[in-house]
Amino acid sequence: MEELTYLLFQAILGIAFVVTAAYLVYFISQNKQIRKIARVLMVVSGVLQSLYILVRFALAGYTPITSQHEAVFFFAWATTWAYLSFRWRHSVKNFGTFVSVLIFCLIVISSFSEKKIDPLLPALQSLWLPIHGGVSLIAYGFLSLAFCGGLMYLLLERELKSKKFGYFFSRFPSLDALDQLNNHCLTAGFIFLTIGIVTGSIWARQAWGTYWQWDPKETWSLITWFIYLVQLHQRFTVGWRGKRAAVMAVIGFTAVIFTLWGVTYLLGGVHSYAR
Amino acid sequence: MPGENIILLGVNHKNTPVEIREQIAVSGGYEEPLAALKQIAGLRECYLLSTCNRVELLLVAEPQFDIEDKVVAFLFGEQIPRTEANHYLYLLYGQEAVHHLFMVAASLDSMVVGEVQILGQLKEAYRHAARFGCTGPLLNKLLHKSFSVAKRVRSETAIGSSAVSISYAAVQLARKIFGNLKDKKVLLIGAGEMAELAAEHLVGQGVAEVIVANRTLSRAVDLAKRFHGKAISIGELVPQLEHVDIIISSTGATDIILHKDEVKSVMRARMNSPLFFIDIAVPRDLDPRLIEIDNVYLYDIDDLSNVVEINKSERDKEAVKAGRIVDEETLKFQRWYQGVAVTPTIQALKKKLDDIALGELEKTLARMPQVDDIDRKTLVKMVEAMVAKILHDPLMYLKSESCAGRDNSDLKVTIVRELFGLTKEEDGR
Repeated sequence: MEELTYLLFQAILGIAFVVTAAYLVYFISQNKQIRKIARVLMVVSGVLQSLYILVRFALAGYTPITSQHEAVFFFAWATTWAYLSFRWRHSVKNFGTFVSVLIFCLIVISSFSEKKIDPLLPALQSLWLPIHGGVSLIAYGFLSLAFCGGLMYLLLERELKSKKFGYFFSRFPSLDALDQLNNHCLTAGFIFLTIGIVTGSIWARQAWGTYWQWDPKETWSLITWFIYLVQLHQRFTVGWRGKRAAVMAVIGFTAVIFTLWGVTYLLGGVHSYAR
Repeated sequence: MPGENIILLGVNHKNTPVEIREQIAVSGGYEEPLAALKQIAGLRECYLLSTCNRVELLLVAEPQFDIEDKVVAFLFGEQIPRTEANHYLYLLYGQEAVHHLFMVAASLDSMVVGEVQILGQLKEAYRHAARFGCTGPLLNKLLHKSFSVAKRVRSETAIGSSAVSISYAAVQLARKIFGNLKDKKVLLIGAGEMAELAAEHLVGQGVAEVIVANRTLSRAVDLAKRFHGKAISIGELVPQLEHVDIIISSTGATDIILHKDEVKSVMRARMNSPLFFIDIAVPRDLDPRLIEIDNVYLYDIDDLSNVVEINKSERDKEAVKAGRIVDEETLKFQRWYQGVAVTPTIQALKKKLDDIALGELEKTLARMPQVDDIDRKTLVKMVEAMVAKILHDPLMYLKSESCAGRDNSDLKVTIVRELFGLTKEEDGR
């Protein structure tokens, strides 16, 4: 059975590569036929990722988000489905190219860490694990979409301001579309992030007896949360949008990545289960 | 190509000056000239296209008639002698005529390559020709084909998407910044012709409102009326910036009329929503430092010209692609046409019967050594006469005049080809 999951993972890795390659070819050639293929494969990839998580759940008996491999893979899964759910309602030209590269990178990173299924640590045996961990990672999924959108915004904005129209001008959607994408994804991400932190705090009260103990992961989550809070607050009060919003989305995402990896590897703390 | 009887002739903007085109252009509608064309003997089908850049005739003629002179005389009238007419005229036959028609339909022969009006004009001209019964099966097929070629070029290349005028470039940039222009407001400062043109294009994109500011209010009121907008005086400029999104400035002022600080002060009230300034005045009206403000985009006339240049080179690349599609479709049409043409059908039919008759004769004679040369010649003659007699009716049928004015030769060709199994043989070849 473990071998089967191994094969499934390899298949997902392969498909993620093909999706990315197809999106890149589409980005360069703007051939609509290839985009169609890329879109279908993206859905296939999303379904297979879900299957992989379900199989691991069945084998391990707990939600697979505890090891480094599982957490990063779940992150990729959340990004994929956040994208697909977003894609379903709004179409943003060539957004898929950027997102597919990010998803592929996440899956590759997850492939490097240990894939063995370990029994669950006693501290993690709780119903809060899927709620707190899952919701937080889904938040990361949306925030990573905002990051991609922010990156695209900055690239296009630079071309428009400098009046040097290069590669991106004809291929990117309008600034307005990218700004709206940013807004939607940041709002959704922020809500999930808030739920993730609150549930984590409740769980901490049950497990460790205190709501908040300034563990590095908690601290950094809070810093991330504040970055996004500032951005949202400023948008609603004085209309922070466009370039500033895009820069904030990029900064916020760096904080997310640091919370996910930097804290675990550099700072340690009680949250560092996944190594 | 057996289509020596498809003829295209006409004049266009490339080699005919406008003074000549004026004399030729069909101004009084299509009805009269089409009726006149129908009178020309030997003309089976005809179609006439007249736009401000070209007058073109597409004809299907009986091969034995020499109609060119008559048609040229019809086209140029008495004022211009034939020798001078030859100077301007292009006269294309068969495949070349088809190719030219497709190029025109795909807007590759237009003055502004990729413009969209030509297809509509072509369809309009075809509607008239069809209504007066001037087109027949061949032109119907050919013109419908030209529409689908145009459609294919439009969908498979980006020929139409690259705008090559200043005002198109302004619209293109506005769309890149705002996406949808539906709820956007435009402010015109000054009432220059170029600004008017740009505003017209923006209105074409569905902007919500046009506001005009001018030093002389009466001119502003006039222009505002044209766009169903409102007029303001130039002193109200800065407060107006709170409400508008796109500003086109083209005053004759010698100084800067809008400074960075003034614009910066309204950004907060606008909740930082983007402002797009287009400065087409020389000397410039707008502070070049506006670009330093977040969410403010400023383009002057040179910047827009650069966009136009980029678009032009982009479009030329697409034109090559489009040309390949036209070549391909011309070949396809040629192949179809060969399949239905009368002459090759007659030849194929003759050849088939001759082959059968003479082949069988050879086989029989081989078994009859007693037959001498004289008898042999007589037998050959007899067989040939039989073939000719058998062929007579099918050939008459193929060549027969159209009944009730409707030419259905392609139907007849299909019937004969199927009846004698000619299609299969060619496919198998």
